[in-house]
Amino acid sequence: METEEEKFDALIDADDRIEPTDWMPENYRKTLIRQIAQHAHSEIIGMQPEGNWLTRAPSLRRKAILTAKVQDEAGHGLYLYGAAETLGTDRSELLDLLHAGRQKYSSIFNYPTLTWADIGAIGWLVDGAAIMNQVPLCRCSFGPYARAMVRICKEESFHQRQGFQIMLTLANGTDAQREMAQDALNRWWWPTVMMFGPADADSPHSEQNMRWGIKRISNDDLRQKFIDATVPQAELLGLTIPDPDLHWDEERETYDIGEIDWDEFWTVVGGNGPCNDDRMATKVGAYNEGEWVREAASAYAIKQAARAKEVAA
Amino acid sequence: MSGPTDNSPLLTYVLRQGDRSLVLAQRLLENVAHAPELEEDMALGNIALDLIGQARLLYTYAGEIDGEGNDENHYAYWRDDTDFTNPLLVEQPNGDFAHLVTRQFLYDAFAAPFWAALAMSSDESLAAIAAKAVKETAYHLRHSRGWMIRLGDGTDESHQRMQAAVDQLWRFTDELFEQDAVEEGLQAGGVAPDMEALRAQWTATVDAVLAEATLTHPEDSTMRNGGRRGAHDEPFSFLIGEMQVVARAHPGASW
Ligand SMILES: [Fe+2]
Ligand SMILES: [Fe+2]
Repeated sequence: METEEEKFDALIDADDRIEPTDWMPENYRKTLIRQIAQHAHSEIIGMQPEGNWLTRAPSLRRKAILTAKVQDEAGHGLYLYGAAETLGTDRSELLDLLHAGRQKYSSIFNYPTLTWADIGAIGWLVDGAAIMNQVPLCRCSFGPYARAMVRICKEESFHQRQGFQIMLTLANGTDAQREMAQDALNRWWWPTVMMFGPADADSPHSEQNMRWGIKRISNDDLRQKFIDATVPQAELLGLTIPDPDLHWDEERETYDIGEIDWDEFWTVVGGNGPCNDDRMATKVGAYNEGEWVREAASAYAIKQAARAKEVAA
Repeated sequence: MSGPTDNSPLLTYVLRQGDRSLVLAQRLLENVAHAPELEEDMALGNIALDLIGQARLLYTYAGEIDGEGNDENHYAYWRDDTDFTNPLLVEQPNGDFAHLVTRQFLYDAFAAPFWAALAMSSDESLAAIAAKAVKETAYHLRHSRGWMIRLGDGTDESHQRMQAAVDQLWRFTDELFEQDAVEEGLQAGGVAPDMEALRAQWTATVDAVLAEATLTHPEDSTMRNGGRRGAHDEPFSFLIGEMQVVARAHPGASW
């Protein structure tokens, strides 16, 4: 007779999907919960830097598009918390872990949005990098996560195009607008390149996650794909990527970039980026401020249930 | 040039409706990522998006009436705070969630019958804009009504907060039904609905919901108005300043 573990391994080997009711190794479950939670948290913390410009969007059309985008991100958070719930952890537990600083979100959202062009840069670069990361996750071995990613990726590619559109308009606009676009690219380029995580040599969980079909492509390979896709787009915009060492490598047939400042990466991951404290304070503050609302909603639901019972009796 | 003069009551009327939707959207946008639940962030974003959409259609139509080649952004970004004619209710600064929900409900209970009546307008453009808003507003009202009842009849704390919000915002409700010579002229041609006729529907909705929510409204509020004349409350200039800051720093730019 096949053991549970053998059945699991056979599913993985056949590149089939694992479903919530299937047996799975405890570490597989834990790894997925951590990754899906971190992903969900990133979607909702990401609402802050972009939400920052909703009231100041410079045209009504841009205001509407940005509102819809921020709403999409809330929706992504919801699907992902839903996927994590199928593994037996509910949203409020995961939020408690986030609020206690025991789970993370993408470090990119610890950078500030200082001008309107940052909204373009985030859509173009950050959503662009997110797509690179997420497209392979549509083939993740865990079914509910893979299916959530299919829906999410469709919307992310809209976001990327809208961001590029903002950049294109700015790059073809007035001198001040072009400067604003270049400044945003200067500030967002390296943090985006770092979004793919540490170099493969320094990425401890990668091998096991590859074996489990949770990760399909290595950090460095994804980073390279992103760079190769993005450099020509920057050229199209007539903007300069802030890397004097950037060049086309004839032999490898990809772009080579300069040294990544991993000290900065670890500083921000470690909680000391420009906005870490503000993002958490805003999130925790809003959650605590909503406590009485959630309490009242459940008190009302209990009263309603009691009333329904009375009527039935 | 007889056009602009003949059309100016209609232009004024259309801008009033656009300003009301946009200013309320702006207040809701300030609150994004601050809602008590993720679902509520989505719902408020949805409502804001509908309101922005209404403002865009109305401002675009205003540009057509005006005949000066103004687009929707002209009215949102290039008029001064004192040119905006929204009622004071929708500009009231965000307080707690009880305040936000109550402001929304008092407005939605007005907007639902208002758009329904305007959908019968003899002005086809206004009727079409209103018909779209009718569907959106039905959802908004269902949403804000649900929160009124849940929070009014929830815990002691939520009840107190809701009662405080109703007491504070009640004074701004009369202005929603204000009518002047502009409206009366348009009513004669079947363009604009009679606001007094709408008040009965508003009162019926509000009374029923407050009763179910175990809330009451003040009997002797001194009613406030002034939005129509551009006489807004102190925080309003900040709302407009924030909304316009980027656009005005770059005259002539497109986005
Ligand atoms: Fe997203
Ligand atoms: Fe996105």
